Amino acid sequence: MEAVVDELPVILHAFWLTVRLTVISGLIALAWGTVLAAMRVSPLPVLRAAAAIYVNVLRNTPLTLIIVFCGLGLGTVMDVQFSRDDLSVNNFWLSTIGLSAYTAAFVCEVIRSGVNTVPMGQAEAARSIGLTFLQTLRLVILPQAVRAVIAPLGSLLIALTKNTTVAAAIGVAEAALRMKNLFDAHGDAVIPLFLGFAAGFVVLTLPVGLLFGWLSRRLAVAR
Amino acid sequence: MTETDGSAPLVRLEGVNKHFGPLHVLKDIDLSVRRGEVVVVIGPSGGGKSTLCRLINRLETADSGTITFDGRELPAEGRALAQLRSEVGMVFQSFNLFAHKTILENVTLGPIKVRGIPRQQAEQRGRELLERVGIASQAAKYPAQLSGGQQQRTAIARALAMDPKMILFDEPTSALDPEMVQEVLDVMIGLARDGMTMMVVTHEMGFARRAADRVVFMADGQIVEEGEPSEFFSRPGTERARDFLSKILTH
Repeated sequence: MEAVVDELPVILHAFWLTVRLTVISGLIALAWGTVLAAMRVSPLPVLRAAAAIYVNVLRNTPLTLIIVFCGLGLGTVMDVQFSRDDLSVNNFWLSTIGLSAYTAAFVCEVIRSGVNTVPMGQAEAARSIGLTFLQTLRLVILPQAVRAVIAPLGSLLIALTKNTTVAAAIGVAEAALRMKNLFDAHGDAVIPLFLGFAAGFVVLTLPVGLLFGWLSRRLAVAR
Repeated sequence: MTETDGSAPLVRLEGVNKHFGPLHVLKDIDLSVRRGEVVVVIGPSGGGKSTLCRLINRLETADSGTITFDGRELPAEGRALAQLRSEVGMVFQSFNLFAHKTILENVTLGPIKVRGIPRQQAEQRGRELLERVGIASQAAKYPAQLSGGQQQRTAIARALAMDPKMILFDEPTSALDPEMVQEVLDVMIGLARDGMTMMVVTHEMGFARRAADRVVFMADGQIVEEGEPSEFFSRPGTERARDFLSKILTH
């Protein structure tokens, strides 16, 4: 227990990195996933096919592979650099790309299932007042679709929070990597440290689940 | 009621065919609607009435034949099609109000986003239209909070907000509780008096008698008979129409 108290600043710092990874990746994944969902319901076969291929490739590849590809493939081989002199900044953004790209595939499918809950008549009414396809999607379909899938989006955010631990694979010093390092430094306090980190994740994710459950009831569209 | 003024019809369908899979729902339809005319389409269910209505703003596409609106053939897609649809109002059987928007927002969405009218101006006009259909006090509510009749009157106001050249009504009272039918029909009769061009698919024979300039009787995908309401209802010219009328007018 002593080790947990002593290392609290390190632990909190690690979780702060976890939070940043989650929030940034989550926002990018939401935006990109929404674009993908729009492509999957668009009238253009090329866009539909491209989005379907993307979703199926990313969704069926283990996240570790994607993160390692971002670190080695994008970072080392293709020399995608976010900072020339700070490796940790570089790895942070490379892992963010991987997490966003992966999570977006799931966001896309969740939103697409939300689109299916919106009655056909809503789109017909939108088209019949002269809205274009994109306007219909943006103003009428997506707002209702997203409200229908708030709770599953919350589950995705929880999954993403825990998935950020995979960024340890390319040396991002988030909670999981820090925990491993602290195990090495405090071999006699493995269990307290483990419990401390586990509790940290519960503290992060439990409120997310509650918040999204509340939001989904509050924002539900009455029909 | 309306005189034939010799000008080109607003809508003209020529040799229009439509299939749903193996089902031939519209067979060689020729029909035109003059400006200011109120055409009521009646007939048994599954006779192609709704499909006919939906062809005119291209919610359904014809397999063959031509449809012109205001002198131009219907555009196939894109902005031109959106433009056409903004000129043709549509009122649906199931209202289809935007469920996540208030009554006022339902009426102002089109004017603001399609016509580019400033919000304030659109809202003022929206309130006037809600007043006209008798639901001004409901402006801030959401569709699910209104009765069916109020929702359908909102839908009519939404169509009117676009200043359409014509309004299509696809069985506007079929989903309503009986006591709410008349309030919607009253609004429609008012529109007809004001000279709006209307095509109305309905089972309301009372409305047809009172407001229609012409009744079109459809069955099995064909226009079986058409004529003035008084003439049609008192002396239907075909066996099929007589049979239909005897079934619905006896009770």
